[in-house]
Amino acid sequence: MNEITNILETLDYGPAPENTDLVRAWLERHDGRFGHFIDGAFRPSGGTFDVFEPATGRHLASVTQGTSADVDDAVRAARAAQPGWAALSGHDRARHLYALARHVQKHARFLSVLESLDNGKPIRESRDIDIPLVARHFYHHAGWAELLEDEFPSARPVGVCGQIIPWNFPLLMLAWKVAPALAAGNTVVLKPAEYTPLTALAFAELAADCGLPAGVLNIVTGDGSTGAAIVGHGDIDKIAFTGSTEVGRIIRRQTAGTGKFLTLELGGKSPFIVFADADLDAAVEGVVDAIWFNQGQVCCAGARILVAEAVAERFETRLKARMKTLRIGDPLDKCTDVGAIVHPVQLDRIRKLVSQGAREGAVLHQTDAPEGCFFPPTLAVGVEPASTLAREEIFGPVATLTEFRTPEDAVALANNTKYGLAASVWSENVNLCLDIAAQVKAGVVWVNCTNIFDAGAGFGGYRESGYGREGGREGMMAYLSHPEPKASGTEPEVPAPQAAPGGGAAGAGIDRTAKLYIGGKQVRPDSGYAYAVAGGGHAGLGNRKDIRNAVEAAAKASAWGAATGHNRAQILYYLAENLSARAAEFEARLRAAGSGVEAARGEVEMSVRRCFWYAAQADKFDGAVHQTKSAHVTLAMNEPVGVVGIACPTSVPLLGFVSTVLPAIAMGNCVIAVPSQLHPLSATDLYQVIETSDVPAGVVNIVTGMRDELAKTLAQHDGVDGIWYFGSAAGRKMVEAESTGNLKQTWTEEDAARNWMSAEGQGRRFLHRATQVKNIWVPYGE
Amino acid sequence: MVADAKPRRAEEAASHAHQVPARTGHTQRRNTGMPLRPEMFEGHAVNRSAAERRAATLTTRRSVKKAHQAAWLVNAVRCMDLTTLAGDDTAARVRRLCAKARSPLAPHLIEGLGLSGRSITTGAVCVYPTLVEPAVRALEGSGIPVASVATGFPAGLMPLDLRLAEIRYAVEQGADEIDIVVTREHVLRHDWSALYDEVAAMREACGKAHLKAILATGDLRTLRNVYAASMVAMQAGADFIKTSTGKEGVNATLPVSLVMVRALRDYGDATGHRVGFKPAGGMKSAKDALAWQILMKEELGRDWLAPDLFRLGASSMLADIERQLEHHVTGRYAASSRHAMA
Repeated sequence: MNEITNILETLDYGPAPENTDLVRAWLERHDGRFGHFIDGAFRPSGGTFDVFEPATGRHLASVTQGTSADVDDAVRAARAAQPGWAALSGHDRARHLYALARHVQKHARFLSVLESLDNGKPIRESRDIDIPLVARHFYHHAGWAELLEDEFPSARPVGVCGQIIPWNFPLLMLAWKVAPALAAGNTVVLKPAEYTPLTALAFAELAADCGLPAGVLNIVTGDGSTGAAIVGHGDIDKIAFTGSTEVGRIIRRQTAGTGKFLTLELGGKSPFIVFADADLDAAVEGVVDAIWFNQGQVCCAGARILVAEAVAERFETRLKARMKTLRIGDPLDKCTDVGAIVHPVQLDRIRKLVSQGAREGAVLHQTDAPEGCFFPPTLAVGVEPASTLAREEIFGPVATLTEFRTPEDAVALANNTKYGLAASVWSENVNLCLDIAAQVKAGVVWVNCTNIFDAGAGFGGYRESGYGREGGREGMMAYLSHPEPKASGTEPEVPAPQAAPGGGAAGAGIDRTAKLYIGGKQVRPDSGYAYAVAGGGHAGLGNRKDIRNAVEAAAKASAWGAATGHNRAQILYYLAENLSARAAEFEARLRAAGSGVEAARGEVEMSVRRCFWYAAQADKFDGAVHQTKSAHVTLAMNEPVGVVGIACPTSVPLLGFVSTVLPAIAMGNCVIAVPSQLHPLSATDLYQVIETSDVPAGVVNIVTGMRDELAKTLAQHDGVDGIWYFGSAAGRKMVEAESTGNLKQTWTEEDAARNWMSAEGQGRRFLHRATQVKNIWVPYGE
Repeated sequence: MVADAKPRRAEEAASHAHQVPARTGHTQRRNTGMPLRPEMFEGHAVNRSAAERRAATLTTRRSVKKAHQAAWLVNAVRCMDLTTLAGDDTAARVRRLCAKARSPLAPHLIEGLGLSGRSITTGAVCVYPTLVEPAVRALEGSGIPVASVATGFPAGLMPLDLRLAEIRYAVEQGADEIDIVVTREHVLRHDWSALYDEVAAMREACGKAHLKAILATGDLRTLRNVYAASMVAMQAGADFIKTSTGKEGVNATLPVSLVMVRALRDYGDATGHRVGFKPAGGMKSAKDALAWQILMKEELGRDWLAPDLFRLGASSMLADIERQLEHHVTGRYAASSRHAMA
């Protein structure tokens, strides 16, 4: 027997190593040491930390730990470069982005090998998925740069962007962050993950090679403290972060009240739903692509397999059989399916969670894995929704298997998570697929596929998976600002409400008592107190229990989000009709609150017009069909945020309420509104109009009382998906900081900033705030 | 899927079991077939997009290099049905082909690969019925089976009795394997019993010769049709299922092959029978030879990389394989003029 005859017996694959010589030579050329890339040049390396090859534990390079002084330098360079970069024509910026795309392509294999060495991911993935997507992202955004003025008239760059990216797709996440930022005319300070900084540094070298102006892209390496210095920097206009929900929360808290733009792409625990009529072989292969892709270190990994009881046994058998042919080992071998875990710290985390899951009763099926920083592909069966393995993001090659009975059951299980990044739905029935896609709370839904990405589609989550989108038109919007009204500097005085007798407030005619409006009913405030309103009358002093009840009522009314736009439009028109019929009454109320005759008439008239405008928009604020891959329809659907709390503007009590509540409900949200604290009675008068206009119970809830106290309860409430706050600087900071519990979407603005009587008081920007984009991928072909 | 099928089938298998002629090298117990069971394929979901994705990544997930690649290519030769099915075929042309089948690789390659003393031949030679006789004569003593197409190849639109007569003729001429074509109309009309009866009758006409059922997947178009036709052919007793005649607009593709091997896996799971797979048509390169072997190994395992369960129906692929092996042995790129033509 010789070599060939031996192989003829076994027909093994044999080794197929990717050559790493060129990459190692590049590391040597840099003496294995890297400084930051600031203002177009590499700085000398400073105090360094070591970067290892996870598959072997070999030392790869020493990289500089960024200090706050380094971050200062980088921000200064970015700030200095930003006006010039933004002043370039879109075409000129497009040329730069095009050059970056070309350079990535020209050095694709180099970058792939470097990525696999540094991260431990199989060369197949870096070569066939990561790096081609990087190039695609720069090409796509070269296009946005070219078209910016045409496609986003009146939009401006945000300024200097601080970007912090994770270690799971090091260069791809850089591309997702850098390409839209630069296309929009921003400059960047980016910190790659400390485990995997090398491709970012190589990219910086490429950028310098292809003539990107100095200061436009700055790379500062380091650990979490460097990231914190970026987040806390006073001269950064936007923070974009991809990483854990835990760190996302810290960033949200740290940026609260600073006015920084913020987008977060955080964790997930995505469901992978297999119906009985699915192509089971396809779904099994889908699991491979979902959770054994990149060692499961994927934020959108389909980690929770939910399978119909009718086919569960067959599915499990096939999945286990498929696991046996997975090859785990050397990431640089072309036959490797599953490579190394990025770092022993991560391996340790995976091990701990899995052994905890086993202690809780999960039965583990695992393949073999080599010694070292590897974790075997794992299928955990007997996992109930209450199990740790079903709730915690493991970020490892571990899938759970849970059975469901009916489509309703599947949706309930799928949505039984704090996350909402992605979902995968497997069925040959298009009705079922799209029904489930609509019901799953996730920013990305893949039908009969999984982990498909393209620069032309938006990616990002619902719930605690973050906010903002990357890719496509919606991704560009995250790097553009629009002329927003400036704060006047003078906050309207909002005196503490007087809830004891002696406040005066006697009005003419029969004494009327304004109540709260919750779940379609007028209810007394839980506190039992009312406060005197200037100009006459009393309003209920709502408290946290009233907010609790209102949120409950709003959540129950969620069918509103599924009503047709036409249906919602009809109701908003009806609202206008009824408001108009009682115009005199509302004018009188406004005059009592201190408005002049003309001003009061104008405010009511404008409120009626606003009803019309949002009624008109209700069935017109369309989504899009993105151009992505061939034989795929990628639907970008505008969905309501959900339950939205609104602390309304103080100054125009009727118009402020109407201008904020209407865009929210026009898009299908259910609202808990806290009316102007000073003049709440215009809003409470409205509940009769709301009732007579067929607005379903719970869609609009009104809780009067102390704005900031109620806003705080709303911000803290985990059942509230978004909060809009018009108030004081302190209140804005409070709302943003308190929103971190469930990372709800926030929109805060100085109370008096906006002239609600002008065009500023309405527009598509309001509708964008009221919606989130769900991208649904539907491949086709028979 | 058909949990009750196995014990009954095993019993039936025992009663029908018979060994095939030694010359074919088949050691498998033959697929005895079973009654038509539409529930084994009707409503079976096949998602084309997913099948295409899997097919596209099969060859990017696996790579066979150097000595392993050489061995895999030698194995492809062993599994090859070296084929000529042209209107201008003559006895002399077939003799040439048979000579190549006996020694598919140049002696210096055999030596360079360390295979001296081992008999490396193609899996079979595949010809038209009237050329079986010269093929049998040319291959005498080689142990290489002769496969004949039959049943009105390639369209199959001839009266059934004539098609069955053609099978019997080819078998009488000495064919060890008969590559039949199915009536596409039966598939397109989902007339499964007509399809079943046809293949079963052909199987009977084959006698001891093995039946390879050509599904002409390029005509069937949908992967659901391919799955169903595969299953019916196996239920009717096909020893092999084969993709194409080589004459359809689209011949062997990886997605179609994927669906067929999954069908034969499912049939095997239900009955215990091992059915072979033969992609044919359109595969011209050594790279194709590796791709289809990767498919077999990944989806079915090592056993399906041997000629009793796997054949590559090809005519020009061998020349490319030989060129690649030349490069492996000598380190130089080869010119085809230096290798004997078929």
